[in-house]
Amino acid sequence: MESISSEAFVLGCSAIGAGLALMAGIGPGIGQGYAAGQAASAVGRQPEAQGDIIRTMVLGQAIAESTGIYGLVVGIILLFVRPLMGAL
Amino acid sequence: MEEEAVEMGVRFMLKGKEIFIHDSLVNSLIITVGLIIFAFIVHGKIKKADPTKKPTGLLNVVEVIYTSVHKLVMDTMGKGPTRERLFPYLMTLALFLPIANIFGLLGLTPPTSDYNVTLALALITFVMTQYYGLKTNGLGGYIKGYFEPVFLLFPLNIVGELANPISLSFRLFGNILSGGIIMGLLYQALRYVAPLLTPIFHVYFDLFAGFVQTFIFLMLTMVFVSGNLPDEEALVQ
Repeated sequence: MESISSEAFVLGCSAIGAGLALMAGIGPGIGQGYAAGQAASAVGRQPEAQGDIIRTMVLGQAIAESTGIYGLVVGIILLFVRPLMGAL
Repeated sequence: MEEEAVEMGVRFMLKGKEIFIHDSLVNSLIITVGLIIFAFIVHGKIKKADPTKKPTGLLNVVEVIYTSVHKLVMDTMGKGPTRERLFPYLMTLALFLPIANIFGLLGLTPPTSDYNVTLALALITFVMTQYYGLKTNGLGGYIKGYFEPVFLLFPLNIVGELANPISLSFRLFGNILSGGIIMGLLYQALRYVAPLLTPIFHVYFDLFAGFVQTFIFLMLTMVFVSGNLPDEEALVQ
């Protein structure tokens, strides 16, 4: 059996790492869905405040999203910048 | 193996050194120049317009944009002379960011998918926040703010303050860049049917995400800065 080169090994591990980093999207997904659900029920209770509710919801969701964005940035760096290749 | 990605941009020689300007920076300069020309055109029209009559055409559109952004800023930050002084910068953000975000529709690199651009914008917000914090509270109050509510929370406050520009810049950068990457993947995966199916994704990733991210960047900038502004409600009445 032929052994794999260390470059290929680092590339494969980087891809696995990028996939694992993108699991950070689970949390923001749950959080944003919860915020949207709460906003929907708030609009149901008080339809005249729809504009304010939507503005507050989008702002809160944006902040909840930042952890997911960190994971995404780590994934993008692992896939496209490949910092671990330099360590070989 | 793989093809080397071709980097687009301007390459020129200066004093024997090769200087490379990435195309996202060139695009942001194009947008800036376009906005300046647009400003001059609108300025000329405003000079000629009759204030007693209803605005028409381009002036009407500009007026609608101006009033909506002005209302948003005044609702979020409150009224007062400092808010009015900050308004031109916020209006510039509100004009520059949506155009920069939907630049991908033209097939060019959106400037905000370059971390240089978003970090610069976030640093402007950061410096503005610190400047107004110093100006409003004075040096003593500013330093004291880091030791509140308990003395032990000092390192946490420092980290929390430094995390703002990082999260602000990464949010815009990550959203726009990932939209571009997903669109690129879609075009590769769909190949010949791509022109039929991709427009709907363009609407979401370019138009919707672009405008929502503009709104969020603007809102967060206003929230960060207005947290350190003096209370001027009394001055207005």
